[in-house]
Amino acid sequence: MFEHYLSLFIKAVFVENMALAFFLGMCTFLAVSKKVSSAIGLGVAVIVVLTITVPANNLILNYLLKAGALSWTGVEGAENIDLSFLGLLSYIGVIAAIVQILEMFLDKFVPALYNALGVYLPLITVNCAILGAALFMVQRDYAFGESVIYGLGAGFGWALAIAALAGIREKLKYSDVPAGLQGLGITFLTVGLMSLGFMSFSGVQL
Amino acid sequence: MGIRRLLDNIEPHFHEGGKYQRFYALYEAVDTIFYAPGHVTGSTSHVRDGIDLKRIMITVWMCTWPAMFFGMYNAGLQANVAIADNYGALAGWRESVVMALAGGHDPGSIWANFVLGATWFLPIYAVTFIVGGFWEVLFAIRRGHEVNEGFFVTSVLFALILPATVPLWQVALGITFGVVIGKEVFGGTGKNFLNPALTGRAFLYFAYPAQLSGDSVWVPADGYTGATALSTAAQGGVEQLVAQTPWLNAFLGFIQGSVGETSTLLILLGGLVMVWTRVASWRIILGVFLGMVATATLFNFIGSDTNPMFALPWYWHLVIGGFAFGMIFMATDPVSASMTNTGKLIFGGLIGFMTVLIRVANPAFPEGIMLAILFANLFAPLIDHFIVQANIKRRQKRLMPSRDKEVA
Repeated sequence: MFEHYLSLFIKAVFVENMALAFFLGMCTFLAVSKKVSSAIGLGVAVIVVLTITVPANNLILNYLLKAGALSWTGVEGAENIDLSFLGLLSYIGVIAAIVQILEMFLDKFVPALYNALGVYLPLITVNCAILGAALFMVQRDYAFGESVIYGLGAGFGWALAIAALAGIREKLKYSDVPAGLQGLGITFLTVGLMSLGFMSFSGVQL
Repeated sequence: MGIRRLLDNIEPHFHEGGKYQRFYALYEAVDTIFYAPGHVTGSTSHVRDGIDLKRIMITVWMCTWPAMFFGMYNAGLQANVAIADNYGALAGWRESVVMALAGGHDPGSIWANFVLGATWFLPIYAVTFIVGGFWEVLFAIRRGHEVNEGFFVTSVLFALILPATVPLWQVALGITFGVVIGKEVFGGTGKNFLNPALTGRAFLYFAYPAQLSGDSVWVPADGYTGATALSTAAQGGVEQLVAQTPWLNAFLGFIQGSVGETSTLLILLGGLVMVWTRVASWRIILGVFLGMVATATLFNFIGSDTNPMFALPWYWHLVIGGFAFGMIFMATDPVSASMTNTGKLIFGGLIGFMTVLIRVANPAFPEGIMLAILFANLFAPLIDHFIVQANIKRRQKRLMPSRDKEVA
């Protein structure tokens, strides 16, 4: 069991890296990677949010939306109800709600972390990596335990990628990029080359 | 002194207002190939040292020569042995050259082997140099910086890690990607974050796997296929590997592989010179080596019933594939590696770890060192960042012990 979880985690971090294998969450990935410190802040926020929202959506899916998921209510005919067409809508709603609650909770009880995360927390409500992880969870039919590990791993991989990108961009401050490529252009190229580096994991069997 | 006079005579044409002002970079490149630059710091003294970029790069370039010349000999040897084994020689202009210069395919003759290998390697190197040099000069002229000797290193390293039979148009494409996307778009030598030679090689590897890997690309003989030491190990395990190739053969380099990476002995010899002249960082080399030994031993210890690579001991990992070449020449690239001393050890360790991991756990790629170095290049700036932050914190603490809490 432990081995299974470990391989799931490593796969989520490296082999199926959210940012560099699927190119999800690109907007924040490119926008908030100028400084390592803020990149790490955002990375931590993504880890936290993913670790909470993926299992939460897993529960929503398994106890509300899936075909026959409502049979636990005992209501007659409930096992015939299939609400999975509401999936996309529910996941987004759940993510937004959880991020809001998390923000209020942190503001009240852990102000230091709240200040450190700052604007990034509400920002990642609309990060496609978060929704992407939920959808992958649905597609791959993860159980609850697996979804916790998967959320953690996916978040960790994304955080690792954005921290590395920020490190590279801090170094590239001293580079001499042609005028037409400055700013986002060179960042796109950088991310492409990073993805080349991460190709080393494609095909790893775990 | 004829050259000096000639250069001095034509120099005014390349200065501002001269006829060939646009091509100053070209003039400067030719001048500095023949003579040390005459520019001296005019203001308050700086650190004075005989070592400069030119000397560093030329040292690395020359350190690859033992491996390069042996590589040509070995490529020829492998082919001639195959040809003596009734595989046909590949027809074409190369065959005419071999016949004219060596007169046959005798695997016992050093000269015949060398000529045959050279007819395969020299075109690769020439194409690398001409195409890559074209981009270098183009960017230098357009952007007004100097062509520098770093390209000598990039070109020779790129050529040496290709299989002998690679199509030349792919060579041109690979070095173009490496030089333009891997280096020049970031502003040229010293501004890039990936090793340009490896970037080009990785690009080729993913774009044209059929010509860059497999069993039939290493030996230029018609129809010959033979597994490299690495794929033998991956399929049959240590026993089969030992039966096929004695360890000493692999160490000396009489095995199949990319042209320059077979002889661990001669690569280490070049490495010794580079470490002794402090051109290459011994910390990185040590890190790669220790990382590889530790990871390989760990895998030996874990063991596996289905994957024979788990049992491959570290001294085999060292001599097969491109490990030695990558460790000595690629990982030590000062631009794309970590800059801090502790960082260099960590950076090297990451490469060693990743190499063995890819070799053992990733059946999609037989060789891991190239991708491991690229991967570690990505994290080199981040490693540096953390080392520097840790230093700052430590010193702050030393300066103001009472403010510990605020700083933390």
